[in-house]
Amino acid sequence: MIQVANLFKSFRGQQVLRGVNLEFATGKITTIVGTSGCGKTVLLKHLNALYLPDRGEIFIDGVDITKLRQKELYEIRSKFGVLFQGAALLDSLTVFDNVAFPLREKTTLTESEIKKKVDSRIEQVGLGKMGAKFPAELSGGMKKRAGLARALATDPEIVLFDEPTTGLDPVLATSIHQLIARTQDEFGYTGIIVSHTIPQVFEISDYVAMLAGGIIENVSAPAEFCASANPVVQQFIHGKTEGPIQVL
Amino acid sequence: MIAFIGRLGQFSIDRVAAMGKMFNFLLAAFMLVFRRPAKLNLIVYHIKTIGVDSLSVVALSGFFTGMVMGFQGYYSLRKFSAESFLGSAAALGLIRELGPVLSAFMVTGRTGSAMAAELGTMRATEQIDALDSMAINPVKYLVSPRIIAGLIAMPLLTAIFDVIGIFGSYLVGVSMLGVSSGSFFAGIENSVVFHDVYSGFVKSISFGLIITWICCYKGFNAPPMATGVSQATTESVVLSFVLILVWDYFLTSIML
Repeated sequence: MIQVANLFKSFRGQQVLRGVNLEFATGKITTIVGTSGCGKTVLLKHLNALYLPDRGEIFIDGVDITKLRQKELYEIRSKFGVLFQGAALLDSLTVFDNVAFPLREKTTLTESEIKKKVDSRIEQVGLGKMGAKFPAELSGGMKKRAGLARALATDPEIVLFDEPTTGLDPVLATSIHQLIARTQDEFGYTGIIVSHTIPQVFEISDYVAMLAGGIIENVSAPAEFCASANPVVQQFIHGKTEGPIQVL
Repeated sequence: MIAFIGRLGQFSIDRVAAMGKMFNFLLAAFMLVFRRPAKLNLIVYHIKTIGVDSLSVVALSGFFTGMVMGFQGYYSLRKFSAESFLGSAAALGLIRELGPVLSAFMVTGRTGSAMAAELGTMRATEQIDALDSMAINPVKYLVSPRIIAGLIAMPLLTAIFDVIGIFGSYLVGVSMLGVSSGSFFAGIENSVVFHDVYSGFVKSISFGLIITWICCYKGFNAPPMATGVSQATTESVVLSFVLILVWDYFLTSIML
């Protein structure tokens, strides 16, 4: 169970999060939506303590991760897999070595066990013959797949997806969504997605949370979310320029 | 007036805080060297990138510096009819001063800037965040091996610079200007003592530390955008050059 309680964060005097309260259901996919620059990625990066809040708590299985020392924090982070917006693959390593990287660094598996596991993950994300390629030789969609394979390499309990389909065409975006749904079904992880790709992302989401004005405006199942009477939610879903959301 | 004093005070506090951050960064990088697992393969890899890959530029600059010293030394010494001291003048100048400083400049320009740009790009493309999120300490993985490699590679490069520089000076002085070969080498043998070599060695080690520390710090903390990377690269080179010269003055004054 991941619980965010009264989270505040500002950067150079600009208040981004103004008291976020949110619970993420274990073994389900929750998608965080909101306008560009509203703080979705900032919230996501708080969940594994890449950012520390100005105020508030984040509980992972009952442990407040905002108050942990580095060693304890790294133990908690071992439960996470993260797919970054640009995949964040290490440039100097091949796809295979990128996926093997957390296994070589954080586990005691032998090289043959690592190879077996990495080959399996690369196969699962549909990059069977791409293991020897470097990130610079991959397309945007392939990079996302490789990033997902790396995120899943250590069998994480929680996987964070930071805008997994941004910059991809609709067909590729759908294939990434399907991949997330399939791997979540297979591994049973708790998935947290930050995305703009609505309504497509709703198809794979169990819950949708809307961040606006630094707080969570609405959390509900996708169907209820779309039917919500909240004017902020309605303006966002229908992409209207007039309404409570200020267009800058 | 009060506002000016306030701004001056804030500026001073910011500078001191930035220096504190830089020292903490260095301290953390050093402490993490001793934490398991050891990253010997990365240290060897970075000795190659700092040392082997800089070899040609260091050798070339050492050769031409030595030749210039041959000409300039001959011109100056001839005024006192002391051309036979060319060997000792060139060797002492290179071993004590020019070798460590110029090879450090070459390494800063060639490897230090690349180091800052690489780490800055890794910051901008979230690769450093990715390491952190995989529970891998990015300072231990990216910075500590580079600093240790710098400490090992820099004295070796300086030694090569010195030897090639002396050869360049010999080529000009003996082969072109007619200084006696025997007096050239006898001058070196009589004037260069262990303390001179030791002084150059200490300088080169400390310059290796300055280059890797400054360049890694600037790259690691670069603002995550294209201009941030270029700014970090420029700052790392300029600051390394300045610190090398300032530190050289202090070391020279205490080791003379």
